[in-house]
Amino acid sequence: MLSVDRLTVELHGNKILDGVSISVADGDVLAVLGPSGSGKTTLLRTISGLQQPTEGTLRWDGEDLSVVPVEERGFGLMFQDYALFPHQSIGANVAFGLRMQHRPLEEIRARVEEVLDWVGMTGLEDRRITNLSGGEQQRVALARALAPSPRLLMLDEPLGSLDRALRERLIVELRQLLVDHAITAVYVTHDQEEAFTVADDLLVLRDGTVAQSGTPEMVYRRPADEWTARFLGFRNIVRARVIAGEAVTPWARFNTTADNAEHTFVLPPDGLTVDPDADLKGTVVGRAFRGGHYLVQVAVPDGPTLDVEVARNAPTLGAEVGLRIGSVVAL
Amino acid sequence: MGRRDAAVTNATRAQRVDGAGRLLRSLAVGIPLVFLIVVFLYPLASILITGLSGDARPLAAFGDVFAKPSLRGVAWFTLWQAIASTLLTLVLAMPAAYVFARYEFPGRSLLRAAVTIPFVLPTLVVGSAFLAVLGPNGALGIDLSSTIWAILLAHVFYNYAVIVRTVGGLWANLDPRLEEAARILGAGRWTAFRTITLPLLRPAIAAASSIVFLFTFTSFGVILVLGNLEFRTIEVEIWRQTMSFLNLPVAAALSVLQLVAVSLILLAYSRYQERRALEQSLAPASSTSRKPQNAREWWVVGGTLSFTAIFLGTPLAILAERSLRFGGEWSLAAYTSLGDGADSPLFVPATRAIGNSLGFALAAMAIALVVGILASTVIAYKRGAVSTWFDLLLMLPLGTSAVTIGFGFLVAFDSPIDLRTSPILIPLAHSLIAIPFVVRTVVPVMRTIRSRLREAARVLGASPLRAWREVDLPLIARSGLVAAGFAFAISLGEFGATAFLVRPDRPTLPVAIFRLLGRPGELNFGRAMALSTILMVLTAVSIMAIERFRVGDTGEF
Repeated sequence: MLSVDRLTVELHGNKILDGVSISVADGDVLAVLGPSGSGKTTLLRTISGLQQPTEGTLRWDGEDLSVVPVEERGFGLMFQDYALFPHQSIGANVAFGLRMQHRPLEEIRARVEEVLDWVGMTGLEDRRITNLSGGEQQRVALARALAPSPRLLMLDEPLGSLDRALRERLIVELRQLLVDHAITAVYVTHDQEEAFTVADDLLVLRDGTVAQSGTPEMVYRRPADEWTARFLGFRNIVRARVIAGEAVTPWARFNTTADNAEHTFVLPPDGLTVDPDADLKGTVVGRAFRGGHYLVQVAVPDGPTLDVEVARNAPTLGAEVGLRIGSVVAL
Repeated sequence: MGRRDAAVTNATRAQRVDGAGRLLRSLAVGIPLVFLIVVFLYPLASILITGLSGDARPLAAFGDVFAKPSLRGVAWFTLWQAIASTLLTLVLAMPAAYVFARYEFPGRSLLRAAVTIPFVLPTLVVGSAFLAVLGPNGALGIDLSSTIWAILLAHVFYNYAVIVRTVGGLWANLDPRLEEAARILGAGRWTAFRTITLPLLRPAIAAASSIVFLFTFTSFGVILVLGNLEFRTIEVEIWRQTMSFLNLPVAAALSVLQLVAVSLILLAYSRYQERRALEQSLAPASSTSRKPQNAREWWVVGGTLSFTAIFLGTPLAILAERSLRFGGEWSLAAYTSLGDGADSPLFVPATRAIGNSLGFALAAMAIALVVGILASTVIAYKRGAVSTWFDLLLMLPLGTSAVTIGFGFLVAFDSPIDLRTSPILIPLAHSLIAIPFVVRTVVPVMRTIRSRLREAARVLGASPLRAWREVDLPLIARSGLVAAGFAFAISLGEFGATAFLVRPDRPTLPVAIFRLLGRPGELNFGRAMALSTILMVLTAVSIMAIERFRVGDTGEF
């Protein structure tokens, strides 16, 4: 089990990480979600030992890692753009970690064959890595990180440089692989969907501090604050005063269970419905086809412009529509 | 004007432009070709003929070279000192290559430029500087002159920059995450370096080593000054056989053997260059270096830089210091006596040598620019075989030692027309040595313009001629200035070829330094140091001028 306690990393006078605490139970996958520059990569580099922490402790099953050099931690790291050794074949890349452990040659060969099979690259040991596509490189990098059976596998935006279709397929495969082999992992990404798909636990990182942590469902249902809500992709965020179960804004009223005070509310786009009979009126100012649904933007007079999900028969641009507010989330 | 008239005018103009263009093109091919045949190929052929026909028995001179123990010794010494110099340079310069590639520290770009200074210094200046440090009455108090150590250290000093720039250049573009990936997979610091970094650096190490090997294999000025003729490379032996024994056939045989050896080295070098151009996971240099992070890294950086500064700075500083001392005190005597004519061992006032050198350098620069730029247009703008062959032909002088060129001139321009005492031979020889540098500086610039910028100008509405004038000319002019600076600096410091062609009453700076070093007396030594200092300053100024005109990173030097 990995436990990181109040980790702080300063580089050139800037605090890249500031008091970050995390723990990952054996066999769990923790997704670290944050925009670029939030300190995700530095977190992985520090856990792996490539970066010395300024303050805080790193422990594995209670053992202090601060005196353990990089090569003796027994962790695996899959780099953002893979860092495959260009002068070695696929097989030699995958075998590298095993060779460092001085395993017998026969065992190395068998293990390389096994992990290449896991990632769907069976029998390609002797190919050069220079002519591989992005997706193939990603698989080899994953195999290389997995081969020495690391206690902890860290993945730094492993799908970042791949196209969308490939990414959506690989993320599911990756999740299956991690679960099947009970691999303890920390997965870093800036993409919410990727994080939600792969994670048992989720941690949102903002400017080097933990903005929120919990299960993906918890974080999605109840973002900790407005920044987190916006980062997760919510755009309908409004302030309202609550009086006896009713939230009141100058332009609308809706029901809530929040206590009597000023609150910030998230109105999820699927919680709003177009209803000609609703009291709240607005003008359609935007309309985008999203495959399974339409995303319609409705400008409320003297109020915000709200994103609304409409399954079919989306109103046309300029139309006057009524909006009914269903489920809301109080922050 | 009617439309038809306009069409006719356009047609005649096109014809005229075409005619002028054809003339220009034939001149561009013709002038460099004739120049190379007369000034390079003909002298080489003369050497070969001299070597083959010296004695009654054909090939007798070649037999001598292999039979005589003293000549075999020269060949053996040439080889082993070049290997030793190359290995020593690698060992001493690799840390600096690493530090400059991987760390950011204040003054990095300035220091990296400073490291290059010894490489562009004339060999005679390097020789004098090491004599000032390690010679009799040297600053260190131990006399290492006439030992192999002075020679090896001078060679390391001279070639330090080759390793730092070539190996460091690739190292700076090597993704540090490769080594980090190895560390995480369980490799220690040294194992990660040995299994990942070193193999990836191998092409650059091989290329740099072959260059250093080539330079030290054909070392002349340094060995002549520091070796006292007790240590002789093939170059020195060619000079000695010619000037002291007038044994031209043996000198010619040695030249041919050296040419063969050098060609083999160059062949190896170009093989490595090709392989280096192949794939590799490279990262932009800006992303691979960082500030030192802990005490250990600060020690590595500080220690390496201190060693570099002391090793490269001391000889030059002591050279200047020695030139300012006379009779154990600070004095300008060495400088003020440079104008003396009567008692000067040079037969003429030493100041005359400065004027001679500047004059020769200007002439050599002019010749090198005209021939070099004409040749560059052929190489850059023509496609296919003509360009490739021209490129190869023009690189040949680079692989030919200066001594061979000087010696070739001596045997070639003897009869039917005896030009050996003509002052034109020196700038011709110098320009021959400088032309490959001019071509290598100008061609890459011409090629980059060709592909993109001129097309942009055309799309924006410029005619072909207008596009050339607006885009090509200004950029070529700048690289032309850089090339001019190189040619000037090369000519100023050239000694190997000059040593064969110089007239006693018309010494150049390096020749004057060499003669003064061979005379007894503190004043003569001081004068040599003073002239070396002046030559060092002149070279540094022309090289610094180059840096100002450089267009980005284009050009290969």
